[in-house]
Amino acid sequence: MKADAKKPVKKSSSPSMIHIWFLRHLQVAISSLGRLTRSPIGTLMTATVLGIAVSLPAGMWVMLDNVKQISGNWDAGASLSMFLKADTDEQQVDELIGKLKLMPEIQHIAYVTKDDALVEFQQFSGLGQALEILQENPLPAVLIITPTLQHSTPLQADLLLKQLNQEPLADLTQLDMEWVERFHAITEIAIRAVIVLASVLSLAVLLIIGNTIRLEIQNRHDEIEITKLVGATNSFIRRPFLYTGFWYGLLGGLIAWFLVTISLWLLSGPIEKLTGLYQSQFRLDVLDLPTTVVLLMGSAFLGLAGARIAVGRHLRAIEPD
Amino acid sequence: MIKFDNVSKRYTSGYEGLSNVSFSMEAGEMAFLTGHSGAGKSTLLKLIGLLEHATRGQVMVDGRNLGKVKSRQIPYHRRKIGMIFQDHRLLHDRTVFDNVAMPLIVSGASRAETGRRVRAALDKVNLLNKEKAYPITLSGGEQQRVGIARAVVSKPPVVLADEPTGNLDPELSKEIMELFLQFNQVGVTLLIATHDIDLVKQMNQRVLTLGSGQLIRDTTNLQEAF
Repeated sequence: MKADAKKPVKKSSSPSMIHIWFLRHLQVAISSLGRLTRSPIGTLMTATVLGIAVSLPAGMWVMLDNVKQISGNWDAGASLSMFLKADTDEQQVDELIGKLKLMPEIQHIAYVTKDDALVEFQQFSGLGQALEILQENPLPAVLIITPTLQHSTPLQADLLLKQLNQEPLADLTQLDMEWVERFHAITEIAIRAVIVLASVLSLAVLLIIGNTIRLEIQNRHDEIEITKLVGATNSFIRRPFLYTGFWYGLLGGLIAWFLVTISLWLLSGPIEKLTGLYQSQFRLDVLDLPTTVVLLMGSAFLGLAGARIAVGRHLRAIEPD
Repeated sequence: MIKFDNVSKRYTSGYEGLSNVSFSMEAGEMAFLTGHSGAGKSTLLKLIGLLEHATRGQVMVDGRNLGKVKSRQIPYHRRKIGMIFQDHRLLHDRTVFDNVAMPLIVSGASRAETGRRVRAALDKVNLLNKEKAYPITLSGGEQQRVGIARAVVSKPPVVLADEPTGNLDPELSKEIMELFLQFNQVGVTLLIATHDIDLVKQMNQRVLTLGSGQLIRDTTNLQEAF
């Protein structure tokens, strides 16, 4: 009865091979997901282990990204700070500024008086009240000198620095780039460390999924054998296991996303307080969309790869007898 | 349809399962394969289904030399052969319908086609009312009929049965044999391994007898066979 009712439908629509192929993959994908949901606790435990493994490099990556975001503002160009001798008077400063402005290497000069420097320091250091105890302003006046673009390269800036250090009114002139560069070097090391960590933990994910799939293959030994007996190709038998690996990976990625997001949320309060002390507009970035996509896809891919390795190794061993 | 030419099978343990066996079966023929346990009945069937490879000699099935079938092509060869086992080999976490549908699913039949064919096969073995049942809830005879439905659902030209009535009482065994006769009448080549001589006597078909791996008799004369 039912079969009869379906006959006309079958005749009117002749689905293409691609359509059938897609449909079959969808079926396997859904059924392997269904199989995972049938043992939710076991699935969740495995996925959580994966999630933790993935969340470590992912979380560190986001933190690094944030650090780079702060330091990004410093890249704009080198600037030189010329600390003036304590006994320099205003007239001398004006003359100096006039002289320096004539130099073709210099684009802009900002003058920070001793008083300005003190006010700024009081505001940003958080030492406001302690500084009031001081009878005298210990801070020097500073000229913040921005070289023109072509004199901003490390080499040119260094030449300019040497020249400015000759200035009799200058107590000390220093290139602000130096510590930026050091900071960048440290960031580079941190990035390298994250990459190493990510590689090691990716390997862990591969092994965890590989082992999970291996157990799954053992559990379904009879099924595999019988499916081979009725003429299933290897790729047909592989497919559900590959999808299982994929789902594990994706689920692990989702858990990692939650772990990272929750951690960042927990950190954001104290960090905002800290950066507030520096009058910074800095806001802790959470996982943005591209990073999230990379995280989930990468994790799913690792799951797929782990499953593929396990399946390749263990399916061959099962032959019907 | 099936042709053995001086076929020997030696296992890695050194045990010789078959030695110099030659016979042939035409398309649509039916034969029983008898002999004591260990005589090589199962080995012979396994060679046809490519569960084992012959060590020497040539096995031809449907005009194809099985020695030349690459491992990637084995699944496609198996789709032409329905196999029935003494222990049924059903999946107990799937319904009767899903068990019978397996050969169709692996070969990529459409859903409508699968439903139609599975019901036709279940109808033939008289289990249409059990399609939603799980194998464990069925009797031994019913489980074997599910196994038979699975073997014939994709209409393979060759059906092999290894002790299909091994665990069944004579009454049920007779029913199973009647089923085989019906399949044979629609042109299926059937080779049935059994040590149930009484049953074979009733069937009046060609009988191949194996002894210690050798084909010791091949006759349609039942007086001569036993």
